[in-house]
This record gives sequence, structure tokens and C-alpha cells, in this order.
Amino acid sequence: MDEIKSKQVTFKLFRFNQETDYLPYYNTYVLDITHEEVILDVLNRIKWDHDGSLSYRRSCRHGICGICSIKVNGKAILACKSRLFDLIDIFGTELTIEPLSTKRAIKDLIIDKEDFWDKHAQVKPFIDTEIDEHPSLENLVKPDDADKLLEADYCIQCGACHYSCPALEINDRFIGPAAFAAAFRFAADVRDDSALERLHIVNEEAEGVWDCVKCMECAEACPKDVDPIQKITKLHNMIFQAGIAKNNIATRHAVGFAHSIEKHGLLDEGELVRYSEGNIGVMKHLPEAIAMWKNGKIVMPWNMPKSKNLDEVKKLIKSSSTVKF
Amino acid sequence: MEKLRYALYTGCTARESTPELLKSTLAVAEKLGIELILLDEATCCGASHLQDYDDMLSLVLNARNICYAEKLGLTMVTICNTCQLNTAMTKHRLDTNPALKAKVNEKLAEVGLEYKGTSEVTHFLYAIIQDYGLDNLSQKVNVPLSQFNIAPFYGCHNIRPSELQNISNGGENPYNPTSLDDLIIACGGNNVDYDAKNKCCGFHAELQSPHTAAVLTGNALSGAIDANADWMVTPCPLCHLKLDVQHHSASKAIGREVKLPVLHMPQMVGLALGCTPAELGLQHHVTRVNFV
Ligand code: SF4
Ligand code: SF4
Ligand code: SF4
Ligand code: SF4
Ligand code: FES
Repeated sequence: MDEIKSKQVTFKLFRFNQETDYLPYYNTYVLDITHEEVILDVLNRIKWDHDGSLSYRRSCRHGICGICSIKVNGKAILACKSRLFDLIDIFGTELTIEPLSTKRAIKDLIIDKEDFWDKHAQVKPFIDTEIDEHPSLENLVKPDDADKLLEADYCIQCGACHYSCPALEINDRFIGPAAFAAAFRFAADVRDDSALERLHIVNEEAEGVWDCVKCMECAEACPKDVDPIQKITKLHNMIFQAGIAKNNIATRHAVGFAHSIEKHGLLDEGELVRYSEGNIGVMKHLPEAIAMWKNGKIVMPWNMPKSKNLDEVKKLIKSSSTVKF
Repeated sequence: MEKLRYALYTGCTARESTPELLKSTLAVAEKLGIELILLDEATCCGASHLQDYDDMLSLVLNARNICYAEKLGLTMVTICNTCQLNTAMTKHRLDTNPALKAKVNEKLAEVGLEYKGTSEVTHFLYAIIQDYGLDNLSQKVNVPLSQFNIAPFYGCHNIRPSELQNISNGGENPYNPTSLDDLIIACGGNNVDYDAKNKCCGFHAELQSPHTAAVLTGNALSGAIDANADWMVTPCPLCHLKLDVQHHSASKAIGREVKLPVLHMPQMVGLALGCTPAELGLQHHVTRVNFV
């Protein structure tokens, strides 16, 4: 058992009312916290004992409805699941409680999640198939087939990943990790007939999987271990496997690695940029290339280093490749 | 202390566009008496892009790299966050999935190799901190960096996903990482705190999503500048390429001139150990290192 059963914590709480406030502000509370309390307990205590006007969402209180997600010191959490003592271990005893997205705040910790649901709707998040309306037998899914979803169906739509994604923060057309996970969830379902259509949706430039910066924030944020970036990688693979990868900078960038490794073992960085951009597009990188060249950062083709035992690599590329572009 | 020995997986970047990283890594290892054996057989790790194209191929190639560290009976150290991610991810998947491991080994057998899972994979930053020890390092510092405010830039792929990275990074929390800060302090420098220190620089989407990538780089540089940093330090050569070379596009994207010298982690340690700028390859930077 914990030796210390109570700790004093300073909470800075985000407050904002879209209807009356021009700018948000923060209220400070110093509270004694016991080791069994979660963030939702603190919100309840503040609301019941200090300020009844505090607004936040909660329903199931069991980490399953996904409605209570907020941020503490920038970390997205479910208020009903996150123990205070765990957060104190990470951040110490000064905690800032904010909505998932401060710019979308309606009242205090409640945000307008419309953009989240729009993106979700965009990927056809349902099983699309012809069904027998009067079945005589249950339509069972074999365990092996259920495993193909890689637990993407554990998603509770809490938005923690969506509002932690830097690519989405900058580019609001980006579909985002939660909706990608949903696209995968249904595209991988053996009962579904619309996988290809979904792959086309997530294959679009600016919107689709190619604009992910691979920061892994979504995997870290998810309280249900859905691992959205793993599903995004799967969607990339499925796009190549389905033969619908467009011939563009993003796809050539991925494929270029295989070419380079086959030739040198190592990556030919300059050639990768040229192959990805094309002979004309590559020109826009000229100023940087010159600066790099001046500082000894560009290896000339004739000096390109090669891995030892390159014959092994060539052999393995031949025998282990599973897709063509 | 027993002599530390590792198999060094350089990755591609340290042999090409950031030669100063390999140089400074070897210089620091020599000063600390750490033996690094170069894995010259290793290939590119695929940088999470080959992984998008062909998962099986990337597993086989990464497993082959690890095989060569296993042959030496040594822990593999990486000097690039993304190498660390892809190598550690391969190891974790093979070590936890016997069927997958058998499939990969079937391929490797064609070239006389077998992946066993006997070598650990860890980033040089964490090898210094955990195996060499910060106290031992501090004792070797003869040019303390006390006049500098140094901004740590962690880079995503050493800290996230924590479930994977915590196997080798000593349980670093990605929302409040401390290793690089601790290293700065051990070198006598003043560590600077800023919001973007554990955020993404955008490198991996630079070609296909240049605006997003440039804004992220701009946020990192401007955050460090506003926190009064004299320079930045990073354990990842890809972050370095973005932050050191791309300040023009970053400045344009965020509408503000941002430019800051950026050092590789071993270059910082090397300065504190008394290495010369030439030994650390400081002349290779695009943003001039104007303080030594
Ligand atoms: S199994 Fe699926 S459809 Fe059935 S109740 Fe649970 S979530 Fe809903
Ligand atoms: S890995 Fe991709 S989808 Fe996930 S948070 Fe980062 S940019 Fe967004
Ligand atoms: S993937 Fe995880 S973090 Fe994202 S919405 Fe679903 S449950 Fe929440
Ligand atoms: S910070 Fe940049 S280079 Fe480093 S791991 Fe993230 S995206 Fe890659
Ligand atoms: S209240 Fe339902 S998930 Fe927290």
C-alpha cells in the first residue's frame, strides 16, 4: 500500500463561456488528493464544493463512453480513468486541466466535436454489405477473422488521438487518426464490401494517410490501446496491395527506399528526393542542396557508401518483397 | 568500470548528410573509453516509409541488421531516433510472435543468417545515461557548458510509443521527458524548458506535406528562441536535418525569422569533454555554430 495516502495538489482549471467570455481564464484550487481519486473526482469536488457553474462531460464513469476526455498538462486522458497519483508521478503537483482542444471550447471543458464526427462520417464507418433480411442462422465471424481488426474496434470515439495530432492541428483537411482507425476497422472486416472505396478515401492527397508526420502522438494518447498509427501503416500497405497507389511524390517516397536499398544497402538521400519529386520538382530543393553541398553534407554518386555483403541484401529483396508498384 | 562495448548501427544519415554525427559519436566514445564496432553490413532501416510500402521486406532487412549485432554478441546502439524506432519495433514484433519470427528466419536462412533475439537495441543517448552513468560523465567534463542555455529537442521516435521505447529508454515519460535535460546538466549547461521540446519536427512529411512539416519545425525553433536558448541539442540526425537546414521554409511558414544553431547529442557531450570543433565536425552545419 502507498505510504502516503494524501497529497496536496494545485489545480489550474480552464474556464470559458462562449456566450459571455471574450477570452478564457484559469481558476486555481489547492486540494488534498487521496491515492484512490481520479481526475473526475476532482472535477466533481470542485463543482459540488466550490463552483457549481463548472461544466464538463461524464456519463459511464467506466472508461467506455469516451465522453470525459480532457487534457492534463497537455496529456489527453479520460477523466474517469486517470488516477491523480499517476499524473503526479509524471508532472508533479501542479496540474493544468484543459479541454481537449482549447480553440473548440464551448463551456469550460466541453468542446464542439463536430469536426471529429465529420471526419468519422467521411470514412463510411459502418459495415456495407448486402444482407439477408430473414436469416435462418447467425452470421458468425471466425476468431481468426475477428483478429484481423487488430482491436481497432475497441475505439470509444473519445477524440484523445484526434486532438493530439499535430498534422490535423495544422491541416484541417487531414482525416486524422481516429477516423483512419475506423476506416481500417471496417476495411478489415470480412463482412464488409466497401474496403476499396474506403482505401480511395484515405488515399487522397492532403486528406489521406500520406500526410501523417509519424509522430506517434496518437498511439500514446489512446486510452484503449487502439494504436491508430499502426492502422495508418496498415492502410498504406493495403493501398499498395490493392494496386491503387497513385504515382505521386508520397508513394514514390515510400517505394524509393526499396530501390535505394537494393542498389546500395543504404539510402541514397539525393536520389530519393529526385525520384520522389521528379526531375522538375527536385529543383525547388536546390537552394538547400547547395547549402548542404557547401558544408560537406552531400555525398557524390561515385562516393555513395554501400553496405557490406550487398549480395545478401539483393537476394533478400528478391525473395522477401510482397508488393509491386 | 568494465569497458563498455557496443555494435554501432550508424544508419544512412550519419554516413551521408550528417557526417558530423558519426565523427562526433566516435570522438566521444574514444574519450569515454567506450568501444564501438561499426556494423558495416547493415542496411537502411526503411525510416518508417519502407514499412508503409512492404511490411515483410522491412522486417527481414531490419532483422538482418540485428543478426550482425547478435553475431558479435553485443548490444546494438543506434544514433538516430528513427533507426531506433524501426529496429526496436522489429525486435519487439519478432520476439513476441514466434510465427512471424519463423517466417522471417525462413528468408534469412537463404543468406545463412538467423535472427535469435539475443541482442538488445538502445539509443546511444540512453547507453551513455544508463550504462556509462551521468555521474561518471560529469567527472570527465573539463569544459563545462555553463555559459550556455541549451534547448533539448527529444524527437518523437526515442520517446513514443512509450510502451515500446520504455524497454530501452529507462521508462522516460513522453509527456515529460528528462534524459536530454539531465545530460545537458551533466555537461554543465543550463537546460531550457519549452513546449515543443517533446513534439514532432515534421521531417517525415517534408516532401509530401511541406507546409505541415515547416510549421512544426518553426514551432520548435521559435519555442526554443523564446525560451532564451543559445542553441539546441537533439539525439536524432533527421530532426537535425530539419532544424539545421530548413530554417528558411520554417521561417516562411510561421511568418517569423527563426534560426538557431543545433548540435547533435554527441557534439554537445564532445564539447564538454574538450574535443575540438573539427573533431566534432562542427563545420558541417548549415546554421553556423558561432559560439566556439
Ligand atoms: S458488440 Fe458492438 S454492436 Fe454490439 S453492443 Fe457492443 S459495440 Fe454495440
Ligand atoms: S502519427 Fe500521424 S495520425 Fe498519429 S498523431 Fe502523428 S501525425 Fe497524427
Ligand atoms: S482511437 Fe483511441 S484515442 Fe482515438 S478516439 Fe478511439 S479510443 Fe479515443
Ligand atoms: S522529431 Fe522529426 S525527425 Fe525526429 S522523430 Fe519526430 S518527425 Fe522524425
Ligand atoms: S465517463 Fe465515460 S469514458 Fe469517462
